[in-house]
Amino acid sequence: MNELVFFINKGIFAGAIIGSIYALGAIGVTLIFGILRFAHFAHGDMMTLGAFVAYAMAAALAAAGVTAPLPLAMMMLPVVMLVTAGMAIGIDRAFYRPLRNAGARGIVLVMASIGVTLMLQGVIRLFAGPSSREMYFNERKDIFRIEVPGANQMITLTEPQIALFIVTAIAVVALHYFLSRSRLGKAMRAVSDNPSLAQVTGISIETVVRTTWIIGGGLAALAGTMLALDVSLKPDLSFNILLPIFAATIVGGIGQPYGAIAGGFVVGYAETLAVFNWSVLLRPIARMTDGAFEVPPSLAFVPTEYKLMVPFVLLIIILIYRPTGIFKGRVL
Amino acid sequence: MSLLEIRDLHAGYGQMMILKGVNLTLEEGEIGVIVGPNGAGKSTTLKAIFGMLNITAGSIHFDGRDITGMSPEKLAAHRIAMVPQEDNVFPTLTVHENLEMGAYTRRDDFSHVLDEIYALFPPLKDKRRQPAGELSGGQRQMVAFGRALMIEPKMILLDEPTAGLSPMYMSEIFDRVIAINKTGVTVAMVEQNAKQALAIAHKGFVLANGHNSYTDTGRALLDNPEVAKSFLGG
Amino acid sequence: MASFTAGDNRRDLLLFAALGVLLLAVFMSQGTAYALRVTVEALCYALIAFGLSLQWGTAGLFNVGIMGFIAAGAFASMFISYPVNGAFWASDGPSLIGDIAVKIVIGAGLVFAVSRSGKLGLPKGLVTFLTLVTLAIAYLVVSQSLDPAARYIESEAGFVGGLGLPVYIGWGFAGVVAGAIAWVVGKICLGLRSDYLAIATLGIAQIIKTFLKNADWLTRGTQTVSPLPWPLPTASEIGFTAARSGYLVMTAVMLVIVYLLLQRAYGAPWGRMMRAIRDNEDAAAAMGKDVNRRRLQIFVFGCVLMGIGGAALIHFNTIFDPNGFLDLNHTFLIWVMVILGGPGNNRGAIFGALLVYIIWTMSEPVTLYIFDHIRTIGQSFGWQPPADLDSRALSMRVFVIGLTITLVLRFAPKGLMPERLSRKG
Repeated sequence: MNELVFFINKGIFAGAIIGSIYALGAIGVTLIFGILRFAHFAHGDMMTLGAFVAYAMAAALAAAGVTAPLPLAMMMLPVVMLVTAGMAIGIDRAFYRPLRNAGARGIVLVMASIGVTLMLQGVIRLFAGPSSREMYFNERKDIFRIEVPGANQMITLTEPQIALFIVTAIAVVALHYFLSRSRLGKAMRAVSDNPSLAQVTGISIETVVRTTWIIGGGLAALAGTMLALDVSLKPDLSFNILLPIFAATIVGGIGQPYGAIAGGFVVGYAETLAVFNWSVLLRPIARMTDGAFEVPPSLAFVPTEYKLMVPFVLLIIILIYRPTGIFKGRVL
Repeated sequence: MSLLEIRDLHAGYGQMMILKGVNLTLEEGEIGVIVGPNGAGKSTTLKAIFGMLNITAGSIHFDGRDITGMSPEKLAAHRIAMVPQEDNVFPTLTVHENLEMGAYTRRDDFSHVLDEIYALFPPLKDKRRQPAGELSGGQRQMVAFGRALMIEPKMILLDEPTAGLSPMYMSEIFDRVIAINKTGVTVAMVEQNAKQALAIAHKGFVLANGHNSYTDTGRALLDNPEVAKSFLGG
Repeated sequence: MASFTAGDNRRDLLLFAALGVLLLAVFMSQGTAYALRVTVEALCYALIAFGLSLQWGTAGLFNVGIMGFIAAGAFASMFISYPVNGAFWASDGPSLIGDIAVKIVIGAGLVFAVSRSGKLGLPKGLVTFLTLVTLAIAYLVVSQSLDPAARYIESEAGFVGGLGLPVYIGWGFAGVVAGAIAWVVGKICLGLRSDYLAIATLGIAQIIKTFLKNADWLTRGTQTVSPLPWPLPTASEIGFTAARSGYLVMTAVMLVIVYLLLQRAYGAPWGRMMRAIRDNEDAAAAMGKDVNRRRLQIFVFGCVLMGIGGAALIHFNTIFDPNGFLDLNHTFLIWVMVILGGPGNNRGAIFGALLVYIIWTMSEPVTLYIFDHIRTIGQSFGWQPPADLDSRALSMRVFVIGLTITLVLRFAPKGLMPERLSRKG
């Protein structure tokens, strides 16, 4: 039983946690890809930016002596998302819109987003330094344990992990209703489908673009903050998280928000299960069969250092066999 | 005062000028058909009306107001709608959502218009929950027309509505155009099938090399031997 | 032939003259040894910038993984030219590696055979399933035997060592390895829009670096390999300045040769065709040009230059350090060089490489100097500066790189020396 509990903790839950983070990031990337038609390389640093906004607010509140039933950074999430969304719009106005209006090719916008990502890295490190930080101030990280009969290990989940599942579910449902029911949500899908027809129809492209940044920036802040609460706040997330998020976007199909969610979990689980030590699960089987076979001490598909290989290989496989992704997105 | 009045329009893409002096007037309730050889500037004229390219000289007046170079968003408020030639539906949106998007600029209740459009195009009602991209070419054209009619336009611009459709559908499309026109909508249409189109036109405009060669009633143009010889294939 | 008008030449001459003055100032103020180092490194960067200018400027290919190709080339050259490690060859290491190689060949053969078993009449789904299972088993068997072999080599011999061949063979091999990786990546991504190439190159660069960092048995990982052989008479033979000057001359000669070759290619029908593809892909494809094959050529050749440039860089510093390859220095700095200099213009690439690299190296002391003053002023107002202010200050350089990229894209999209094309062509 212990082995099963270990698998639930290190396999099923771990995959769901990182999958949720990737999904939240990939929704933003896929919407930006669909509507603005470029791969947004600054998304990883936008997540970090959101987490730092949360950190700064929580630190300020903690210094003012505010206490709350939940971690301060979590309590402040709606504000953090709004602030980050505002920053995303500001970045668009300052760096992307002028290029868009000048009729620049999509790839020039990709370059501009790399410029933006470097600027964000520079600013974040200037104000926060290169070391990682704890998001908890006067609080402690609550841990919930569920006893399993017949096992001395327990199923374990921390408070931010449970919160992550809840906010991801809320975000996904809210996004679904927004895109399928609201006037603006449908307009977003229309622009993603056919921008020139949307323009002819009288849909304001600028409004749609602004909405895209609000959703993308807000979800990036959400993902960044939750990740920082779960692990710790690191300023150098950037490229390491960008590749899995792009992989999730392309696996799900570009411009497909539901695909991005699925892609996020596919990549998250693929990564987790690839580095999972399967010997743990084989050992009880070997015991039951009286040691009919020998179990190596560690049996993982990919050593942990090479975790980044997993999203990359997934990306390559999907580009070769099904460039439209699982949800039949666009091939740009 | 005419409903649409284009005077000496010069326009093009960037540096390349395509329209070099187009004149076009339509009275309320008329069908105007623009014909001419490839590259004469037919579609470009529609796009120029719809604010989609650079206008360097000339003017466009609609209903007494200057709409030269006005953005598509504002034109919708003046109740002008356009059906582009290709890619004229939102493929992943359902038929119903496509129609709703047509009314994007409307803030009032438009459910009666939806009913009218479903009455005009009965096949759409059955397929309202289906993504528009899954429909046949003819049905897609209906969605495109319906989308444009959602603002209850005073004038509708049609860019080669029969392009790529089978001959059977073609006459159906012309019937629809007449039906739409009968409800009081002014129609400005570009067509390759010049003979059939001129037959339903109140006014015809033959463009060549970016300006008017002939302007007359549809009937008169069809009867004009020179037009017939140079533009209608004998 | 791409024609340069008199006016263009005058402008280039002025810009290069200004650069010469800047370089002279560096020599005067920082001393010859330091200035020589900056110049040699800048020339190596210029070689890499040629590669990017070719890819981006000529073919519109977006490579965000330059660092990976540099690192791959550097490793290849290290492996070829580093002295032979006798301890490794005397141990069971070679036979272990041979054993793994045999396993790989057998595994690949089995996978291939199973994937063709459809010929025996098996249903397609079953074939796919069996192929995947065989692949997984073969992969696991190989990766399981890799680990003990790696540990054995590390404990018995440290690492595999080099082949002890001359440095110039190493540099050639650097180009081959970088080009081979580029071929695989390009083959997969070049049919799709350039965003995919950007994402894939970003990934491959991180993976190459991860591999070089962790494969201690092959690269010594973070323990670094040094001293790498010097391709010319060394400092102990002819003196420090002379040795560095020799290296400078050698890189300069290499640069000139590549420049002349590139200029010829740009003016030839091949260059015109490449520009046609970049500017209007559909029209070029309609004219019967095999767009993807041409792009693959360019991508591979550009990466070959990057690999050679990387090799030249590490042999100058005589150390192979996987952690020394940084996205910022080895990818984005090169981007700035190329877009600032003028993509598609090789003079621009040289100019950009020298200018940006000089500014980059000078910016470190300058930034620290400025922040030192900020600290002093701040403290006089009772501000308690953070202890890591210096490393924070240096992150401002990252900001400046990013800002430069966005500003150049917006205000000078053609760079300081725009690409010049003859109207006749």
